Amino acid sequence: MKNLKAKDFKQKLIAITSQDPAQCYQCGKCSAGCPVRDFAEAPPNRVVRYVQLGLYDKAMTSPTIWLCAGCQTCTSRCPQEFDLAKFMDAVRELAIAYGVKSADKKTQEFHEAFLKQIENFGRAYELGMLIDYKLKSKDFFQDVDLAPSTFSKGKLSLLPHNVKGKQQIKKIFKESGEVKK
Amino acid sequence: MKIGVFVCHCGENIGRTVNCPEVSKACASFPGVVHSEDYKYMCSDPGQNLIKQAIREKHLDAVVVGSCSPHMHEKTFRKACASAGINSYMVEIANLREHCSWIHEDINQATKKAIDLMRFAVERVKFNQPLETIKVPVTKRSLVIGGGISGIQAALDIANAGFEVVLVEKEPSIGGHMSQLSETFPTLDCSQCILTPRMVEVYQHPKIKLLSYSEVEHVEGFIGNFKVTIRRKAKSVKEELCTGCGLCAEKCPIKKKALSEFDEGLSNRPAIYVPFPQAVPNVPVIDRSVCTYFKTGKCEMCKKVCGREAIDFTQQDTFVTEDVGSIIVATGYKLYSIDKKPEDSIYKGYGEYGYGKFKNVINGLQFERIASASGPTSGEMLRPSDKTVPKKIVFIQCVGSRDESKGFSYCSKICCMYTAKHAMLYKHKVHDGEAYVFYMDIRSGGKNYEEFVRRAIEEDHVNYIRGRVSRIYEEDGKLIVKGEDTIAGLPVVIEADLVVLATAMIAQQEAPKLAQTLNISYDKYGYFQEAHPKLRPVETNTGGVFLAGACHSPRDIPESVAMGSAAAAKSLVLFGADMLEREPIIAKVDATTCAGCFYCQKVCAYNAIEKKEIRDRLGNLQKVVAFVNSGLCQGCGTCNATCPSKSIELIGFKDDQIFAQINAFAEV
Repeated sequence: MKNLKAKDFKQKLIAITSQDPAQCYQCGKCSAGCPVRDFAEAPPNRVVRYVQLGLYDKAMTSPTIWLCAGCQTCTSRCPQEFDLAKFMDAVRELAIAYGVKSADKKTQEFHEAFLKQIENFGRAYELGMLIDYKLKSKDFFQDVDLAPSTFSKGKLSLLPHNVKGKQQIKKIFKESGEVKK
Repeated sequence: MKIGVFVCHCGENIGRTVNCPEVSKACASFPGVVHSEDYKYMCSDPGQNLIKQAIREKHLDAVVVGSCSPHMHEKTFRKACASAGINSYMVEIANLREHCSWIHEDINQATKKAIDLMRFAVERVKFNQPLETIKVPVTKRSLVIGGGISGIQAALDIANAGFEVVLVEKEPSIGGHMSQLSETFPTLDCSQCILTPRMVEVYQHPKIKLLSYSEVEHVEGFIGNFKVTIRRKAKSVKEELCTGCGLCAEKCPIKKKALSEFDEGLSNRPAIYVPFPQAVPNVPVIDRSVCTYFKTGKCEMCKKVCGREAIDFTQQDTFVTEDVGSIIVATGYKLYSIDKKPEDSIYKGYGEYGYGKFKNVINGLQFERIASASGPTSGEMLRPSDKTVPKKIVFIQCVGSRDESKGFSYCSKICCMYTAKHAMLYKHKVHDGEAYVFYMDIRSGGKNYEEFVRRAIEEDHVNYIRGRVSRIYEEDGKLIVKGEDTIAGLPVVIEADLVVLATAMIAQQEAPKLAQTLNISYDKYGYFQEAHPKLRPVETNTGGVFLAGACHSPRDIPESVAMGSAAAAKSLVLFGADMLEREPIIAKVDATTCAGCFYCQKVCAYNAIEKKEIRDRLGNLQKVVAFVNSGLCQGCGTCNATCPSKSIELIGFKDDQIFAQINAFAEV
């Protein structure tokens, strides 16, 4: 855990999301409807609770923030009109900014590997992502048995797909990166 | 003029931020002031005695008190001064608390401001004149709007005290929502059994005039002297002839076209109907929107079978006027509907709970009808879709309540209790059934309420799950309820047979319209506003109009009954005197300068401006001028500010008094 000023985290979070986590009254409706709920140890509402209690490290290291698919089901059903998807996004952003790694590193590493492909090629380049992820996670044998069948079905092309406007996408990444700073 | 000045510390409220002894000292030097002192609690008995003593010893003509808001203690000090021999209206209050100490921090600046406020009041009081209270006669009769339990209680209390009551009910029968309930918390006694005797008592009471199927159309007048126009909707049945035998309803060929309002749409009713068998009065009405005769001109079955010839298709709405002294509003509530709402509606409905399209997702009142012995299933626990016994039932609380996004931010207050009751009733009827309650908090404040909820959990083994349900969908005839147990942090999925939503209590749709008719305020939800949230909970800002029951805010039966009695007591206070005394702070027209433009009439919110003809000695009309009805005028001053020729003055707030204050300010 880095030397983290607690007050700073909350201020930054509120600045990014334009909403105060105190708005959440912990009814759990978000978690009840969350499609990735079954894979997360801590339900989404609990991540908000961590922040409400000032346990920012617990929030930032929670794998839940990296499992969040950003589908916004929670946001659309929240009785308090708390934008939980936005909240999750902000916690991820701050975790990166503070250099805090997830307790379950792999999820975060997968996320990073995925985004890197988007930055480079404009869409997911599966093989590149696979290699990148395996280098990051050092878990070379996970799901390796699936490779032949995936490859034979043409799901793993050797070369990245081309998209138009790669330069614009690079620019988006560059500028949003600058905004963060 | 000899003026006495009294500065109150209000304990620490003023004393903490205003140096009261210094204020008192400064006031002593104001021209006209012959006495000045400060005291810790001026409103207390010893404080009031200081004022009285000074009045007697120094022969004061006027008094200025620096204290809290005049709303709080103006009356107290006026009374004290009157008892010592000076006119009540020779007393002025300088608000040193709300206008000074509470809103400032720096003691030096606050003290300086307090001295200024005192000086303004001293300058003003020099122009005060002794006034006498206005006396108006009282009509000792009451109008009660709404025949639910709260209105019934109010009507009976007033009638039993010996005064006449006009009870207006818009439905064909009195009884309100309470008549729909099966059993009541926390004692589980049958709702009908305790209510219907009261309904009959209302009907038979010689002092109560019951106008069912009627609505208040227009109200004029003022406290003690209201004139109310009531629309008596056409029942198409002659009330005086009908014996309530029920043959017409039995023979009516329209059986399935109309949904029963009383059964919350779970059963059908004929075109000519009484809402329920115990209805009071037991006189049917014809629903003209579905009646074959009114659609095609043929049928007349009811007319043919009626031995008393009570059916009258030609009946029209009639209007009656009633003179009353007080009005009690007891119009009750409605339930939030989860159905999809039009764009301009203030609430949205619940898509995640199916927008009302699942037959087995019902609301609390529908469950009451299913559980009720007089309901569509005769009290058997059967679900609406296939009339089978639900083995798994889910109750969801806070639907529409505490929901900023789709409903209202307030708590509907009664749902925690009635859900516990519903779960209990279900378990008592379906012994092998499982009941689940999704709640956020259990709010069971009330005598024996918490014990009741614990009984549901401990004795009837109702499963309480803390969490809000995210979605309900249908799969293979089951309702899949997706929730989360936030205590265990585990997802919960229940395959339910029946889901009961504890939907929010909301204000009647017509409430704002009625509020405008009665000239009372209402809040953003449509609930009527009381005059003071703590000290005047049943009074409105319009004198003589009182509130009872759930038209004010969500309330359960005991509270509604208590409020009905309270409103009745407030009416009886009015009727206790032959003449009403009211503040002389009203507008007065100077007929010599009034040009008769009647701008004042246009802006008056209380319809207090009337026309008065000025004639010479021979009876020739000279001019028409404005005239203020002293009973109606509330002393708001709008006419005063509007009058182009400055012909209206507000007594007690005359121009010279106000200018004296402003000039004192300019001297600073």
